[in-house]
Amino acid sequence: MTKPVSNCPNCGARITFQWSSSVQTVCEYCKSILVRTDVDLKKVGEVADLPSETSAIQLNTEGIYKNKAFVVTGRILYEYDQGGWNEWLVAMNDGTSAWLSDAQEEYAVSFPLSGQKLPAESQLQVGQQFNWHGESYSLSAITKAHYRGVQGELPFEYWDKTDVLFADLRSASRKFATLDYSDEEPALYLGELVEFEDLKMKNLRQFEGWS
Amino acid sequence: MSSSPPLPPGAPQPAVKALFCPKCGAAISLRALGQAVSAVCGSCHSILDAKSPQLQILQTFEKIVSSDPPLIPLGTRGRIRGTDYETIGFQRRSIKVEGVQYSWHEYVLFNPYKGFRYLSEYQGHWNDVAVCKEQPVIDTRFSIALSANYLGETYRHFQSTNATTDFVLGEFPWEVRVGEQATTTDYVHPPRMLSREQASGEESWSIGEYMEGKDVWSAFHLPGSPPEAIGIYENQPSPVGPNIKSVWAAFALFALALFVFMISFDLHAKKEPVFSASYQLNTGQPVGEASFVTDTFDLSGRTSTVEVKTSADLQNNWIYLNYVLINQDTGEAWDFGREVSFYTGYDSDGSWKEGGQQNTVIVPSVPPGKYYLRIEPEADPRHPRISYTVEVIRDVPVNGYYGIGFLVLLIPPIMITWRAFSFERSRWSESDHPPMPILNSEGN
Repeated sequence: MTKPVSNCPNCGARITFQWSSSVQTVCEYCKSILVRTDVDLKKVGEVADLPSETSAIQLNTEGIYKNKAFVVTGRILYEYDQGGWNEWLVAMNDGTSAWLSDAQEEYAVSFPLSGQKLPAESQLQVGQQFNWHGESYSLSAITKAHYRGVQGELPFEYWDKTDVLFADLRSASRKFATLDYSDEEPALYLGELVEFEDLKMKNLRQFEGWS
Repeated sequence: MSSSPPLPPGAPQPAVKALFCPKCGAAISLRALGQAVSAVCGSCHSILDAKSPQLQILQTFEKIVSSDPPLIPLGTRGRIRGTDYETIGFQRRSIKVEGVQYSWHEYVLFNPYKGFRYLSEYQGHWNDVAVCKEQPVIDTRFSIALSANYLGETYRHFQSTNATTDFVLGEFPWEVRVGEQATTTDYVHPPRMLSREQASGEESWSIGEYMEGKDVWSAFHLPGSPPEAIGIYENQPSPVGPNIKSVWAAFALFALALFVFMISFDLHAKKEPVFSASYQLNTGQPVGEASFVTDTFDLSGRTSTVEVKTSADLQNNWIYLNYVLINQDTGEAWDFGREVSFYTGYDSDGSWKEGGQQNTVIVPSVPPGKYYLRIEPEADPRHPRISYTVEVIRDVPVNGYYGIGFLVLLIPPIMITWRAFSFERSRWSESDHPPMPILNSEGN
């Protein structure tokens, strides 16, 4: 995979894209949020430093999911009244991408599913039943989360958010679904809870006194 | 948080964050890094919002002078299922049943890669607890939930209670409050238990596995010995439960072997008739003085059993025969008596029968030689004429021994089944579904 290279329009630092489908990235040095245009990079905003201690995962952490190697290229951090969670964008070695979420070290991998008829924000109710890809899901919680910031590369423009609504859906198995109302059109993600060991991750964050 | 200088890339993240209690100024170490939601000041017992940079005070509670401290001190590391965890939080919760308060302890364990895990302890009984990754399915066929299914196993409903949080210390991955109530429902499948907690509209499921105190002690390298377990805990594995099937299987195997043994002995027994003669006891003959001896007969071959079979044409009367089997050469004698009686009749329940017209007796281990029988018949003085036949058969199988062997074999499985049954009765007597008393006098 060729890695497109350019320079930060704000500070001139070198910007390397790990994943060819990235739309947005954050300059490591000046924290400018940069969006790719046809010709160059455009600065659209800035982010504050994100707390690093909330996850064992970091940018460039590598791992394996379903026999596919992946590398972590981007991050969105959300917070809500019971804690926070990270959505890590992972680029698979076959060119696809997925989201690896980490909520208090509970790990899950999910993929977007488009072309589904999804309920509007106002129609959501706990207990609603849905069926996608042969699995039935029950809406278990509606969470209003606070967008905390982004890091690294993302497959879409994502910045300048405040409060974002999510609906969590559970199945009888390890599978779950998330309805994301952060954009005008709701988005559906289907995923499954995974064991930390199974992801065989390398280049994890080191914590003093823990190995 | 934001005031800390940026770390050079690759430097290890500090494991503990040092902060100060906004109420009393005491130093607080946050061990769960960015993951704790609540933290409790060890000095003034203020419950603090661990997510806010200034550790906003959420609740202060009157510290009940702790006669009941954590058995595993906070900050202790131990290895559970191959992963190191640090004890970061402790809470005491209780339920009230018929006015009596029962309290137990819960420990929050943390690993920065694997997340949270819990240990619970009640009267020396421990459980290793984790949050369920799969959603358990409650059997809703009945109005009350009697069982739940998790990962293909059925858990039986044990108890539903209202638990109150009485005391907290350290850090928690949720917003903890003293006095908070939760409805807990326990389902058991020893050694595991499934618990549902419902509080303020949220429900969560956890899966626990029974742990012995000594295993907790060795996992956390704790000094001394763990408190002794009192009574039987709801998901404590039965000391005999898993053995029941194998003990009964062994019994079936031995019983089969015994049966095969019996059949092969029966096939090998010669069942050789050596003597047969018919006699008559005439009406009104004097009683007890009519003894006579039979002709001699040969018992050849090895020392073996000898069967003496008596058949008589009885109808509502009896005959008693006193036998002596005598070796003609050595004079060795075996003395035995047999009564043959047969009665029939009719009553309000219809016809009935009692006794029979035949009787056999087996004399064990008779050496070979020439033998004869001395027979002394007895009967009712008013008896009619009785004809009877005496047969002697050597080398017959003794099936009665197999019956005794079978009963002896039955003892261990029955004892183990009884022990398992008693254990389960004790377990369930503490539940919402106590077993019915076996006897009315039980407990007196």
